[in-house]
Amino acid sequence: MTEIQYKVAKNIKDACILMAAADGKGRILAGGTDLLVQMKAGTQAPGTIIDVKKIPEMVTIAKTKGGFRIGAATPAAVIGEHEELRKTWPGVVEAINLIGSKQIQGRASPGGNLCNASPAADSVPALVAAGATVNIQGPGGKRQVPVEQFCTGPGRTSLQKGEIVVSLSLPARPKGSSDAYLRLIPRTEMDIAVVGCGVSLTMKGDTVVAARVGLGAVAPTVLLVEDAAKALVGSQLEDEALEAAAKACSAACRPIDDKRGTIRYRTKIAGVLLKRAAAIARDRANGISHTAH
Amino acid sequence: MSKAQYKWIGTRPDRPDGADKVTGRARFGADFNLPGQLVGKVLRSPHAHARIRSIDTSKAEALPGVKAVVTAADFPDQPNQIVPTGEMQVNLRDITRNIMAREKALYEGHPVAAVAAVSDAIAKQALALIDVDYEVLPHVIDVAEAMKPDAPLLHEHLITEGVNPPPTKASNIAKRIEFKKGDAAEGFAQAEVVVEHDYTTQAVHQGYIEPHAALASASEDGQVQVWSTTQGHFQVRGFCSRLLNIETSQIRVTATEIGGGFGGKTVVYLEPLAIRLSQKAGKPVKMVMSREEVFRASGPAPGGNVHVKIGAMRDGRIVAAECRVDMQAGAFPGSPVGPACMCSYACYDIDNVHIVGFDVVSNRPKVAAYRAPGAPISAWAVESSLDILAQRLNMDPIDLRLKNAAKKGTKTAYGVTFNTIGMVETLEAIRDSEHYKAPVKPGYARGVAAGFWFNVGADSSAAAHVGEDGSVTVISGNPDIGGSRASLALMAAEELGVDYNKVRPVIADTASIGFNFVTGGSRVTFATGLAVVNSVRDLIRELKVRAAKIWNVDPDGVMWENGMAKPAGSNVGEFEPLSLAQLAAQAGRTGGPINGHAQLNVTGAGPGFGVHVVDLKVDHDTGIVGIGRYTAAQDVGTAIHPSYVEGQLQGGAVQGIGWALNEEYIYNTKGRLENPGFLDYRMPVASDLPMIETILVEVPNPSHPYGVRGVGEVPIVPPTAAIGNAIARATGIRMTDLPMSPPKLSEALDSAALKIAAE
Ligand SMILES: Cc1cc2nc3c(=O)[nH]c(=O)nc-3n(C[C@H](O)[C@H](O)[C@H](O)COP(=O)(O)OP(=O)(O)OC[C@H]3O[C@@H](n4cnc5c(N)ncnc54)[C@H](O)[C@@H]3O)c2cc1C
Repeated sequence: MTEIQYKVAKNIKDACILMAAADGKGRILAGGTDLLVQMKAGTQAPGTIIDVKKIPEMVTIAKTKGGFRIGAATPAAVIGEHEELRKTWPGVVEAINLIGSKQIQGRASPGGNLCNASPAADSVPALVAAGATVNIQGPGGKRQVPVEQFCTGPGRTSLQKGEIVVSLSLPARPKGSSDAYLRLIPRTEMDIAVVGCGVSLTMKGDTVVAARVGLGAVAPTVLLVEDAAKALVGSQLEDEALEAAAKACSAACRPIDDKRGTIRYRTKIAGVLLKRAAAIARDRANGISHTAH
Repeated sequence: MSKAQYKWIGTRPDRPDGADKVTGRARFGADFNLPGQLVGKVLRSPHAHARIRSIDTSKAEALPGVKAVVTAADFPDQPNQIVPTGEMQVNLRDITRNIMAREKALYEGHPVAAVAAVSDAIAKQALALIDVDYEVLPHVIDVAEAMKPDAPLLHEHLITEGVNPPPTKASNIAKRIEFKKGDAAEGFAQAEVVVEHDYTTQAVHQGYIEPHAALASASEDGQVQVWSTTQGHFQVRGFCSRLLNIETSQIRVTATEIGGGFGGKTVVYLEPLAIRLSQKAGKPVKMVMSREEVFRASGPAPGGNVHVKIGAMRDGRIVAAECRVDMQAGAFPGSPVGPACMCSYACYDIDNVHIVGFDVVSNRPKVAAYRAPGAPISAWAVESSLDILAQRLNMDPIDLRLKNAAKKGTKTAYGVTFNTIGMVETLEAIRDSEHYKAPVKPGYARGVAAGFWFNVGADSSAAAHVGEDGSVTVISGNPDIGGSRASLALMAAEELGVDYNKVRPVIADTASIGFNFVTGGSRVTFATGLAVVNSVRDLIRELKVRAAKIWNVDPDGVMWENGMAKPAGSNVGEFEPLSLAQLAAQAGRTGGPINGHAQLNVTGAGPGFGVHVVDLKVDHDTGIVGIGRYTAAQDVGTAIHPSYVEGQLQGGAVQGIGWALNEEYIYNTKGRLENPGFLDYRMPVASDLPMIETILVEVPNPSHPYGVRGVGEVPIVPPTAAIGNAIARATGIRMTDLPMSPPKLSEALDSAALKIAAE
């Protein structure tokens, strides 16, 4: 029988050294809500588990030059309680807070959600819409990548051997900006997104001056849908603009037919969610709050 | 007797097993362990249909830590003989093949071998070392496909029963059944309105939260002990005795606490394997299924294809009805197509009825009972069609049903004439309910449907023992799934005239009480309840004898009242009443221990009727259905412990809602199940539903001293059609295929919109 080593990293450098030493059989343990489940199911069999929850930088939220830096292993519940982050990035926070249930929220992290590289991960479309960057550290030093370039396929990331995700950076926010995330699940809870859509808008009066759209569960990786953003920018979110953006979302879809949804359904829902999420983001930018959905 | 005269019946005391269950002290199937026990695991077929050319277990047997390996060769073959199991029938020849594949693997997940080893990891490793040489065969999953003459054949010997003259060629159609009343053709000839539609339903799992688990210990002297999570430990004993050729007296089965069964735990899967492995290894063997194994190889309830034709007069009177049900049996014959046919029109008094059913095998796990087996499948079709009829006639759906409702004296299509029943009262209860009278909220639509179930009696034994201090133990042999301990104790307390807390109900193992048929068919509170009442009456008879001895009078001169022996009249003499405690204290001098016993075959189960109403809204863009309000009314006989009766109604309704909206077995082209887990097999979660409201309509069953009817089956029957009917009224679209999941409903909405646009 193979033995599993459990190590607690004291700092980021330590974590990178442990990862490199594990020779490809190392796995970072954040909340463990994916990793432990996969180990139990037999789809993951790491040689070394490296716990990063004792590294302060990886479990805290910091303000940076107008933006935010969220430690990759910060539990979702902690993120949900950060007043200022919630006010500035309500869409990102609601996406992270949709993960699992109360119990899962106490452990699950945005870093884990991203590194697990599921196309249906809830936080990722919102992070893509937000224009988040991934802060990576490894044997070769530090580097940054836009979040939409981080995953390369289902279960695959662009992390190199020994590299870990340290944090996620959210940019400074112009006035009149807000965001929203919506997912479609057949039930109301404890389900996996059939489609997920994040929309981030900056409004000047009634007009959209900047937009980003992230779309999940409709392709091997979460998509940045630039054509949808283009259709929104310059508009006042009139029906025609929303319709055009919805069409762009549907056109960007490269989904599969599976037990969770048909191609037809996913393609259609991508457009439906775009319209609804854009409306919520606009309302929020105008100071109208939306909570339950 | 009116309910007001009862002291205990109809009250809501804490259940006797409650404290243990909420503190985690209660022990379920997987909580039992013995010193030195081994881990048993099953190797399962990855193929939907394959001939087993050979199985080589030598490498697994050679692995250190492996103590035993079994295959079909370790189990004697069985005769072609039908035995009852709960609400369904099984064939011994088939069960032995279901617990361990012989000539062929007939579904993905079909056991082909099992091992016992010192650890989980070694057991898993051993499974990987077993070489099975399969000849993969073409498979068939769908019922309609399986019925075609050129379909892949599961059983070369299977000749359709019930067809005259019998076919000469084997097929996947195990049986044809038929029920006739009056002349349907004549009825349709006079009908002014006819509705005719086809419906389908998918296989669904019972979804009990506790996976199957068993611990078996076989001794060198031939005795066997088993601890198992089951709805019927006597059934486990009976099956294991037959399948392993061991006398029943040598097998002692203890039923653990049970985390749900809903009919799915009335059959055996692990127990015979664990016993055989334990016999070979000389050590106890524990086996626990994973959730994936539960989905792939246990249960489910069948799916079916149903054709319905109903003819009525303009005033709503139904004059003719037809129904044809083609039902999945799974890999072996024995679907609940019989009850599906019998229940189809049982709610209604119709002169001309013709019902035909087919029992069809395909490469799916053998179906097991699930709450009112079969009934929800025909009810989905019949109750949807009645709603179409109500719309056509512009009639209130409750009024239509009231016009045709079955009553005392109604003869059913399957031959039985109803005694006192509560179909009319239940319809009226919904019609007069606050829910039905309230206007439908904007954006919502309302649907109603009804359902029927026979309920079951059968064999029960019980005993009542008085302790030295006068407290009472009531012993029976049915695993408590729905609060039956509380109901049995309430009836015993009522009968004996003592405090509920002075009565302790106990569920004895198979060696400690006489035979009890399974907990199923909603029979326990009714039938075992009657056994308990009779055992208490036997106890009272003995108590009177003891009092008579003390007073030196004739036993006939003693009466039992409010928990005391009293002189029956002034002519008997002047005596102070004797309490149970006083009689118990003197038992040694009056004849020894004081016990009562009863055993009987119970008949006269009172059928139950349910009517449900739902208000829901449909998100037209996504096809997602939101349930706003839901009320279940049911003819429950007497609600012995109303909380547990309400719980049955709520649980059944919720399971039916899941069946309606999302639950289904999804197979890929290789015949493998794609969704063997609760993430993708979507049962409702708490946040999906409002509180399910209940209305208990008490129409006592004349064949029970306290008027008990079974209540657990009926509530799963109406929900699918109630929801489909509400969706039809919300959208104008009549869904005929279950589940009405968001992608399917969305597609139906879109194609309807396209059609309207084209017109
Ligand atoms: C009951 C349940 C419900 C769930 N519901 C949802 C849901 O609604 N939506 C959703 O999106 N997900 C859901 N999930 C999945 C899971 O909870 C999320 O993906 C979660 O965000 C994972 O975070 P974690 O911290 O637990 O990750 P972990 O399990 O600790 O890690 C996940 C993977 O990422 C790697 N990893 C983690 N952190 C790093 C890092 N800093 N650098 C490099 N690699 C790293 C790990 O090695 C592992 O391979 C659910 C899971 C469960 C068990």
